[in-house]
Amino acid sequence: MNVLAQGAPGGDAVSVAEAVAFWILGPIALAGALGMVFARNAVHSAMWLVLTMLSLGALYMAQGAPFLGFVQIIVYTGAVMMLFLFVLMLAGRDSSDSVVEVLRGQRVAALLFGVGLAVLLVATVGRAFADVTPAGLAAGGSNWNGNVPGIGQLLFTRYLLAFELTSALLITAALGAMVLAYAQTRAHVRRGGQRAMVEARLRGDPARIAPLPGPGVFATANSVAVPAVLPDGSIAADSLAEIIDRTEVRPAPEPAPDDAHALTGRPLAERGGRGTSVEGGSTEGSAGDGSTAGTGVHR
Amino acid sequence: MNGAEVMWAQSTWVLAQEGMTRTQELLADDPLWLILLKVVGLFGLGVLLTLFMINWERKVVARMQQRPGPNRVGPNGWLQSLADGLKLAFKEDIMPVAADRRIYFIAPVISTIPAFVAFSVIPFGGEVSIFGEPTVLQLVDLPVGVLVVLACSSIGVYGIVLGGWASGSPYPLLAALRSAAQVISYEIALGLSVVAVILYAGSLSTADIVAAQASGWFGWLLVPSFVVFVIAMVGETNRAPFDLPEAESELVGGFHTEYSSLKFALFFLAEYVNMVTVSAMATTLFLGGGQWPWPLSFLNANGWLQFVAFLAKTFLFLFVFIWLRGTLPRFRYDQFMRLGWKALVPLSLLWILVVFALRTYRVSGSGDVSVLLITLGIVLAALLTVAFLVPDRQRPDEPEIELASDYPVPPLDLAVPDPARPRRRAVAEAPERRRRRRTVAAGASSSTANRKSEE
Repeated sequence: MNVLAQGAPGGDAVSVAEAVAFWILGPIALAGALGMVFARNAVHSAMWLVLTMLSLGALYMAQGAPFLGFVQIIVYTGAVMMLFLFVLMLAGRDSSDSVVEVLRGQRVAALLFGVGLAVLLVATVGRAFADVTPAGLAAGGSNWNGNVPGIGQLLFTRYLLAFELTSALLITAALGAMVLAYAQTRAHVRRGGQRAMVEARLRGDPARIAPLPGPGVFATANSVAVPAVLPDGSIAADSLAEIIDRTEVRPAPEPAPDDAHALTGRPLAERGGRGTSVEGGSTEGSAGDGSTAGTGVHR
Repeated sequence: MNGAEVMWAQSTWVLAQEGMTRTQELLADDPLWLILLKVVGLFGLGVLLTLFMINWERKVVARMQQRPGPNRVGPNGWLQSLADGLKLAFKEDIMPVAADRRIYFIAPVISTIPAFVAFSVIPFGGEVSIFGEPTVLQLVDLPVGVLVVLACSSIGVYGIVLGGWASGSPYPLLAALRSAAQVISYEIALGLSVVAVILYAGSLSTADIVAAQASGWFGWLLVPSFVVFVIAMVGETNRAPFDLPEAESELVGGFHTEYSSLKFALFFLAEYVNMVTVSAMATTLFLGGGQWPWPLSFLNANGWLQFVAFLAKTFLFLFVFIWLRGTLPRFRYDQFMRLGWKALVPLSLLWILVVFALRTYRVSGSGDVSVLLITLGIVLAALLTVAFLVPDRQRPDEPEIELASDYPVPPLDLAVPDPARPRRRAVAEAPERRRRRRTVAAGASSSTANRKSEE
């Protein structure tokens, strides 16, 4: 705690407000990190990570580095994690962790490398705590008209080469991504774009220009099982879906023509005497229509 | 601009070396009750402006469409949005079965809170005295104030994205994806357009930026930045013509299709507060904050009058939002992305390069500025002359259209009949037809009555 807060502009002593901020934000950041590891849902994981990043940003601000804090929020929380979310959403919302091991020996390797990384981190960070004396922000900050100009001055003088190299790396990555993305659309380009496709279609490349006819003006039903009817009353052959045509049609049991309840499939006894009270002529037509539509295509 | 600006820059330099600017000193001196008062005031301002904006928007758009707009509730209908808000609060809160409950719940909250937080760094006016306590009409003046607004807008979009994802239905998900891509793209343009302002002001603090415009608003000095900022801020707030995340004609209601009751109200609130925030930001960055323009500049002495000027400028931008919505059709998604990446971002980058070059030329002191400006003017004039002298590209004659198949198409010289006459005839016919229909209906009802009596 002492070591972490020593960079504060106030000097070596940790102020009360800073300690409070640390003891609130620190556990939240840690909880976010654990939540990210243990959450089953990928989007929940991402949200936990966002929480960690936000608390880190707030911690930076509390330690007298407002620029770093807000850039952390804008760049990492705002842009990088948003891209993560973008990809996760495309992956589907119910894609949880799979426990099936696809790569052989993956877990053992992950364990080894994980432990190795942990040892490395503990060694370096521990050494930083023990041996290195922190210079504090006071050296760079107050001489240079506050935090922001100080960072700018360092970035564009002392660390210019590293800065430019990083930007070159990022540009290379962006170009690589573009090349990869455009490679997949080459098939589309070969077809010549929208105009060429329209012309080919008009010349009869796919035999038909217009979409297949739907049930249309003369139809008596809007089911896909009912073919479209041409103006002269004949059936439009194009409107028949092949899969329906191929499906065997089983004749449905004919419902009692005078009783709409027959369509619900409840037993006759349950219906009791109510069926007889229904008017005769009014239901007959609709029940008949329903039965023909239900049995599929009739020619 | 030169002398005053240099002087100003020197004065801030001195102040900054002492540690704090005047604004920061005043704000640091605020007692707790004043801070709380300001917080409540800002919240109230946000909510009030939202209620006002909804009504104003409906009224202005109605006038543009030649209809009266809301005119029932309250004087001239100005309480309509309040009534709507109350009604919304008492509606049933629906949680879809497929929703991810926790995230569905938290999404509107995430989208509302940053919208209000961004309010805190905006310098609404000058130095005033509230109950005898000298202060500034601003909650906090951070050295990175502009970044706070950018950060808030980038967090606020999480609400939209998560809300769309957690709803568990396809349309909101599509809207969420659009929104994510849109905000990332337009935030870049927005950030780049601010760079020139920061360069000229020499600070990221909003109060400093306003003070730097005492000698000239950045809206005049940095016209390209201003244009890019205004376009990008419309894209950033998901407003027409860039309202693709809630395109009614394509995505039902967009990201909030499944939301109802207070959660929906929160999304609504966030959208309008965001509009107010970006408008206030545009005022701060480009129109000199609360400064009155030249003939009225004697009013600048009073902080409250500056507040009035600030509000007037903000309303100017808010009106532009409404105007755009009433005038422009929605962009197609690829057009929208092309505008962002191929027009706004390169334009901003080029402009920043020019600004940097000019600044470097001036700071290095290698030459006279007027010489440079005259040279630039001559170069520009020469370019324009060349552009006018070069003949327009010959448009190739439209080739004779040959029909590719015997598929029936209408003739190219098809004369569309004048629609005026048939409509007039229809109006003349209408009463007669209506009468006829009434008799038919009467006949039908009497016939059923007859049948009933027969049974």
